[in-house]
Amino acid sequence: MNLLLLTILIPFVGGLVLLLLKGEAAKWISLAFSLLTLGAAVGMYQFFELNEQVQFVSNTVWMEALGLNFYFGADGISLVLVLLTTLLTPLIVLSAFGRNYSGVFLGLILLMESALVGVFTARDAFLFYVFWELALIPIYFICLYWGGENRGRITFKFFLYTLVGSLIMLMGVIYLYLQTEAQFGMASFAWEDISRLKLSTLEQSWLFWSFFAAFAIKMPVFPLHTWQPDTYTNAPAQGTMLLSGIMLKMGIYGVIRWMIPVLPEAMVEWAMLAVVLSVVGIVYASVIAIQQKEYKRLIAYSSIAHVGLIAAGIFTHSVHGIQGAMIQMLSHGVCAVGMFFVIDIIMQRTNTQQLESLGGIRNQAPVLTIFAVIVMLGSVSLPLTSGFVGEFILFVSVFEFNPYLAAVAGLTIILGAVYMLNSFQKSMLGEPRPEFASFKDLNWSEFAVLAVVSLLILYIGVYPKTFMELSEPSVKLMLGKYSGFTLN
Amino acid sequence: MENLFSNTLDGYLFLASLLFAIGVLGILIRRNIIIIFMCVELMLSAVNLLLTAFSVHHNDPNGQVFVFFIMAVAAAEITIGLAILVMIYRNTGSVSIDSLKKLKW
Amino acid sequence: MLNLVFLIPLLPLIGFVLLGVFGSKLPKFVSGAIACTTVLVSFLITLTLLGGVLSGSIVSETITYFDWINTDGIYLPMSFLIDPLSVWMMTIITGVGFLIHLYSAGYMSHDEGFARYFTFLNLFVFSMLMLVMGSNFVVMFAGWEGVGFCSYMLIGFWFKNTNYNNAAKKAFIMNRVGDLGFLIGMLLIFVKVGSLEYATVFGQAPLVFESGTTDIVVITLCLFVGAMGKSAQIPLYTWLPDAMAGPTPVSALIHAATMVTAGIYMIVRSNVLYTLAPFTQDFIMIIGLCTALFAATIGLVQNDIKKVLAYSTVSQLGYMFFALGLGAYTTGLFHVTTHAFFKALLFLGSGSVIHAMSGEQDIRSMGGLRKKLPITFLTFLIGTIAIAGIPPFAGFFSKDEILAYAYQRSPILWALGILGALMTTFYMFRMFFLTFFGEFRGTEHQRSHLHESPLIMTLPLMILSILSIAGGFLGVPHVLGGHNWFGHYLSGVAPVKELALDHSTEILLMSISVALVLVVIIIAYVIYVSKKQVPVSEGSTLTTPHRVLYNKYYIDELYDALFSKTLRWKSEWFYKLLEKGGIDSLVNGIGKGVQWSGKTLRMAQTGNISTYLFLMVLGIILLLIITGLLV
Repeated sequence: MNLLLLTILIPFVGGLVLLLLKGEAAKWISLAFSLLTLGAAVGMYQFFELNEQVQFVSNTVWMEALGLNFYFGADGISLVLVLLTTLLTPLIVLSAFGRNYSGVFLGLILLMESALVGVFTARDAFLFYVFWELALIPIYFICLYWGGENRGRITFKFFLYTLVGSLIMLMGVIYLYLQTEAQFGMASFAWEDISRLKLSTLEQSWLFWSFFAAFAIKMPVFPLHTWQPDTYTNAPAQGTMLLSGIMLKMGIYGVIRWMIPVLPEAMVEWAMLAVVLSVVGIVYASVIAIQQKEYKRLIAYSSIAHVGLIAAGIFTHSVHGIQGAMIQMLSHGVCAVGMFFVIDIIMQRTNTQQLESLGGIRNQAPVLTIFAVIVMLGSVSLPLTSGFVGEFILFVSVFEFNPYLAAVAGLTIILGAVYMLNSFQKSMLGEPRPEFASFKDLNWSEFAVLAVVSLLILYIGVYPKTFMELSEPSVKLMLGKYSGFTLN
Repeated sequence: MENLFSNTLDGYLFLASLLFAIGVLGILIRRNIIIIFMCVELMLSAVNLLLTAFSVHHNDPNGQVFVFFIMAVAAAEITIGLAILVMIYRNTGSVSIDSLKKLKW
Repeated sequence: MLNLVFLIPLLPLIGFVLLGVFGSKLPKFVSGAIACTTVLVSFLITLTLLGGVLSGSIVSETITYFDWINTDGIYLPMSFLIDPLSVWMMTIITGVGFLIHLYSAGYMSHDEGFARYFTFLNLFVFSMLMLVMGSNFVVMFAGWEGVGFCSYMLIGFWFKNTNYNNAAKKAFIMNRVGDLGFLIGMLLIFVKVGSLEYATVFGQAPLVFESGTTDIVVITLCLFVGAMGKSAQIPLYTWLPDAMAGPTPVSALIHAATMVTAGIYMIVRSNVLYTLAPFTQDFIMIIGLCTALFAATIGLVQNDIKKVLAYSTVSQLGYMFFALGLGAYTTGLFHVTTHAFFKALLFLGSGSVIHAMSGEQDIRSMGGLRKKLPITFLTFLIGTIAIAGIPPFAGFFSKDEILAYAYQRSPILWALGILGALMTTFYMFRMFFLTFFGEFRGTEHQRSHLHESPLIMTLPLMILSILSIAGGFLGVPHVLGGHNWFGHYLSGVAPVKELALDHSTEILLMSISVALVLVVIIIAYVIYVSKKQVPVSEGSTLTTPHRVLYNKYYIDELYDALFSKTLRWKSEWFYKLLEKGGIDSLVNGIGKGVQWSGKTLRMAQTGNISTYLFLMVLGIILLLIITGLLV
């Protein structure tokens, strides 16, 4: 059977099974399913040939009259994100080990994984839309049932906000679909057909904004970000990890797959506006993060800043920008999972995430502190950690686009250090506090998660080639710059 | 008679429109549900009249057949309508249309 | 010989990993041994390289290991450049680094974070080696940021103390400000030249850039901003005095001998670019001179033994940049070398004093220590003489070379340089006399604990004092019968600037400076030994200039008001006004708008049937009219 389909089906089946299970066994079963999925994804990586071809293609008719197909396939860009998703899911599942979560919770995580892999590998615009919305359902329930106070209102806002964006995108998708019928005589949602449509500049502009609405909300890009801090703060840690670690990459992926090749003229025409918005978002979110009092909210704002840089990179419409975005997506995913897990561990043990009431944890938990430092370094993009590689390439791309914007965006390396070090100092350093005297250092599952996260951060930082060579030919194809050779 | 029926529709059109307008006005003005009901029937009759007239004019019996259908259906409808009316009267003690305004907002 | 190069940075890295993973379980002896051995072996391998360079078998070798970043024209291999400059820096780093490791094994022996300390010290050596060995700007940047991080961890080594943590944070953030400049400089180079490899950039630069054009000036200025941060120049110097919160050997290694000289290394490395930008050179010269004088004035009145040394470091770094700004790249690096010897010696000596004084750092509470700490006293004296610049100690040669170049440019610069040197001499001897002469002014408890440090600590002192005495002979100028060996050693990397003064002038300048220095020493002796003056204690009223100096010109307060407070204030208001009050209320407003319109419009459903009927009829009529109009 096609490995790609397996990667979608295993977590789907696992998720359904787990919805029925209870107790300790559910944790191990979910871990087993997520590891199996990872195995399938690694298998894809093994058999993947380094070129721009779409591989592991599977195309089954769904509704012939409408031209709908179950059309999946992975090129380098998809594969990188599938690897990210399947790598992070076992970690997220493992991070739930020490907590009191039922099988339903873990099942929803697996269903989410399935939908996310679907988003990243759908070659059919309608299928893409279906998975896009499908991914929203498990996370909605995760946030709604296991969230913090005010979860109802906040989850509702999050759901509606992203839904509005996706519906606007749906209009764009339908327009493209109708255009394929008009231009090729046969209605089709397939990426190959949509990407060869000839669209006037005005049409492209309209379509640009319809797709931008969905993708920019999901990322989120300033000023469409206000759902994000509340949602991240209120969701359970695993939900936040899913949201920031993987789900926001849907938006970035969407731009790369469905905007850049389909709307090249509009991408150039609106590039300045989009990059400026992204850069404003970087500085804006970084500044706001400095004075945040809740740890999770602080990291949520830092996430907006990081994603702002990725967005700026992809909207420069250049190979550097997209390649930087690819590697930075990996880095941000891994760091976000690590960071939110560290916060979760602290919250679990201290019952607070107010920075003022934390402190001195390093005295009790040296191992946790070491991992926190590594994750922090990844976030402030110290060289030889994952954050640097992506950020450097992204800076190059923005600089080539406009040096002044790059200089402004560069403020993030100062501001990032300010808020990360501040929060680290407030939570970890200082005199030991008597109320945390019983603070236990990591148990085995927490250790495992953070150890893997740290190793990934260092690995991506030192040898990003593993992932960059996967995506480069496809990235060039997206930009129409493919020269016909694989990399040396 | 022959001339009247075959040559011109104007009289029928005029009469049917008048009846229809009276029906509409009655619905708008009157408050008694029974009267309103009767006005509805009046409108229906006006339409029936038109159908018959055009049927003769075009020499097509379909129109007249249709009128029978409408009359049959209208009879059934009146039965249900009157039954509802009786229930309304039993429940509210009035047949004024203003007594029925619970279904709002 | 070259196939062992990778071991030089790798060994400290292995030490770091071993200590980081197992450190807490190993006995202190083993941890210390691992840390010292790795650096020692690196040092030995470096020595073989140095031998190769000296014998001429190594001129300039690039060794590439693997592709680090490689995508569509951005090609940044993980590769090392072995040439006289990098080998020289490696020798200093591993050599001085080893001595300080050794010293630390004694100094930190009572600390519970012993293993943690060596973990980061090893990581520091690794990062510093990356910095000087990289064959492109980005590998240098990796080391550049890496040393910044190690410095952060080591300044805040005693993490229970909030002030120390703040100092660490300040150091990292100020360095980051500089790093942004460095980054922008790199990006500009990449955009203009298309590569960040030294060989390509320096080869292409004269072809791509006209001398003095905006591009090259901006590039060099941006890179220099990076150097300002790392090497603590005005306006980014305030972190260095605070950095003294770390353990004293750390101050010696990182904040005196090696890391802070990274900026000088970077500029010497990119001397091709700087020579193309005369404006930047002048700018560096002015900044360097200002820093040298400014920091020296503050140093005059400080009472903390480490703070005095810190300001003297800032001041000496200023000297080095002064030299670079004058175009005397080799001289700048020569001063880096001698400074590494005598400043490491002074810091370690001060550490020995602090160790003996049970942690006391205030020179007002010391005094008369020369009898109790004879070795420290002697070595400290050597260091002090070396920094003051009395022949034939190391500092004399390097400083006088700088001053000679300054005189060649303008006698005024020379005079200002001399002024800085005299202030340096004064505050160094002030500190020296207050510490080692006179009566003991500490508590009884401290007096009973006074002891000379163990051999493991004094041995590095002795070796460093030998180097401080002899280090200057690396660059004996022609006028004194030498032939500036050091300049020739580096001539393949950076050209030696010509010195066109005639010999008699040179001799005259030297004599003047030495004579003045001796006078200042005597003045200091009179004030602090003969008259036994002790700086006033905390809280007593000071004259205005004294108070301004003592409070470091209130620069910290100024920065706090200008940047930290504004930033916090902005953050608050962005959050409250823009985020919550602006954007988010707009979003929520849309939601509320929908709810409100639903609430309002449903009122049209009155439930009144006649109204419905009326509206229906009206609607039908309207539709008919519209249809009629359209047809």
